[in-house]
Amino acid sequence: MMKNFAAIFLLTSVSFGQLQLNGAGATFPYVIYSKWFDVYKKKTGIQFNYQSIGSGGGIKQVIEGTVDFGATDGPMSDEQLAEAKTKQGTDVLHIPTVMGAVVATYNLPEIGSDLKLTPDVLAGIFLGEITKWNDARMAAVNKDRKLPDKSIIVVHRSDGSGTTFIFVDYLTKVSETWKTKVGKGTSVNWPVGLGGKGNEGVAGLVKQTDGSVGYVELAYAVKNNLSYASIQNKVGNFVKPSLESVTAAAIGESKSLPADLRVSITNASGKDSYPISGFTWLLVYANQKDKTKGKALIDFLKWAVTDGEQFAAELLYAPLPKDVVKLCEKKIASVSLP
Amino acid sequence: MSIGIHRELLTPHVNVGDAVFKNLTRFFALLIVGMVVLMAFEMYGSAKLSIEKFGWQFLVRSVWDPVKEEYGALPFIYGTLVSSALALIIALPLSIGIAVFLAEIAPRWLERPLSFFIELLAGIPSIVYGLWGFFVMVPWIRTTVEPALSSTLGFIPLFRGAPYGIGMLAAGMILSVMVLPIVSSISRDVLRAVPRSQKEAALALGSTRWEATRIALSYSRSGIIGAIILGLGRALGETMAVTMVIGNRPTISASLFEPGYTMASVLANEFTEATSQMYLSALIEIALVLFLMTIIVNSFARLLVWSVTKHGDAARRT
Repeated sequence: MMKNFAAIFLLTSVSFGQLQLNGAGATFPYVIYSKWFDVYKKKTGIQFNYQSIGSGGGIKQVIEGTVDFGATDGPMSDEQLAEAKTKQGTDVLHIPTVMGAVVATYNLPEIGSDLKLTPDVLAGIFLGEITKWNDARMAAVNKDRKLPDKSIIVVHRSDGSGTTFIFVDYLTKVSETWKTKVGKGTSVNWPVGLGGKGNEGVAGLVKQTDGSVGYVELAYAVKNNLSYASIQNKVGNFVKPSLESVTAAAIGESKSLPADLRVSITNASGKDSYPISGFTWLLVYANQKDKTKGKALIDFLKWAVTDGEQFAAELLYAPLPKDVVKLCEKKIASVSLP
Repeated sequence: MSIGIHRELLTPHVNVGDAVFKNLTRFFALLIVGMVVLMAFEMYGSAKLSIEKFGWQFLVRSVWDPVKEEYGALPFIYGTLVSSALALIIALPLSIGIAVFLAEIAPRWLERPLSFFIELLAGIPSIVYGLWGFFVMVPWIRTTVEPALSSTLGFIPLFRGAPYGIGMLAAGMILSVMVLPIVSSISRDVLRAVPRSQKEAALALGSTRWEATRIALSYSRSGIIGAIILGLGRALGETMAVTMVIGNRPTISASLFEPGYTMASVLANEFTEATSQMYLSALIEIALVLFLMTIIVNSFARLLVWSVTKHGDAARRT
């Protein structure tokens, strides 16, 4: 049913003669993508129609072949890639575009900003094992603070989202208990806590509730002046989330990125790396079916990962480091035209 | 039925325009039935994977784990029913009171603007209720309502626990505000439909205004039940406002202070990011359960409203 609607939609959009590329997917990179589409249209006249329906929806549309490109915050699984291959007869490539991070935001008026959290403590809180702010494990890394004897109220996202994926992907890497008990996905079975809808729902609950802790996108936390914690990274440093420390995470991992670039960079190595960081990807077919459209898409991708990156910082996305841009260009060059 | 026979007697010859018009409108009417059937069919088809895997167990299981692909709808069914019931418990006395005042007591100059305001409430988009609930009502519940309830009625398990603000109580309260205009405006109309002669007779026999109102209320009992069930239908299906204040946690707990989850909310929350076939299928099965529940509630309401109008007709004729 959905496919038919999308097909009708595509027909109407193509019939105007002007070249238009249709995409759908992640909401997180929507702001920078719209900027790119806008700037690129002024430059070349190519129209983009991007529907930010969520990463899951983007992957579905790529599998069904109803869009020219997709976008996602969590990489496609092997099964999904196989399904896309059977249905569309081509591989799907992951092209990283920008990076984001997830921060632990909290409401403790007596502490203020810059609380320190270790991976163990963070996992313990979200597992419901650490229930008081003055827990010994918490106090051990915040010796300079007087932690209050308050209950911790956990807040998480209730809607399925890429933000949740990055956060639980990190917890899965740092906590064996989390891995076996909860696991990772865009929605999970949370052991404790209240669910807020969207970044604004989580942030709103945290702001209202004394003693609460939740997780939101870095960009959202910065724009709304939330207080967020420094997290201890793989090498043991406490790193404050910032665009620089997120890019640092990609630099830390750039030597060991797999060929398909379909990788999570949470818990990255490198001394300045913020550990809860992740890429967001554009999804493109390896074998393009339409020459004009394929060519336009390739040109756009090349432009986006090079010139396009300059718009990232002002829109609070972390730009890709040079090494990763090179890998992207190589990947884009491998897209074949009919 | 009898009216149909009369109509044919009055028009012995068939007019082409009439025939076209008749068939066209009949087609439109049947289209609705067709859509409902198609919807149910489509949902059943999409939910098949989950129906086959979990069977009837789906309705009584409490686990909802998208990672391990284990699904059960019980906490959502429970949350939907409890939040809706709570909404009715709060809204009912208020709505009936409003309806009685508007239909029986209020002078005309006051009744008109009051009715207008109540119907205005029905037109407010649910996201606005949700935002208001989240930013205004929830903090108030957290700091005032819940502490007051737990200090006075804390011996009942319903009112125990930490005052989070959001939770089942908040969901019931926001729904009650949303149900109120429906129940009160329909009840008002039903009360107005009570024949004057009945009330005048009661008054003539020396009953007080309260006694006359009671007679009117008992006369319109099934109509008011119909109104309540239509309100319930609204509460069952409400999505946005509930999602924002219920806490979205698929558990069943005795306390109203604890978070819960409803069927409509889980659909709104998880549908867009549900990627695996089984996950989607389980969500669609929830939609199917909600769909069936709403159909049952609505047909029940129709029957009741229909029976009361029949009574009304009978009364008017005598």
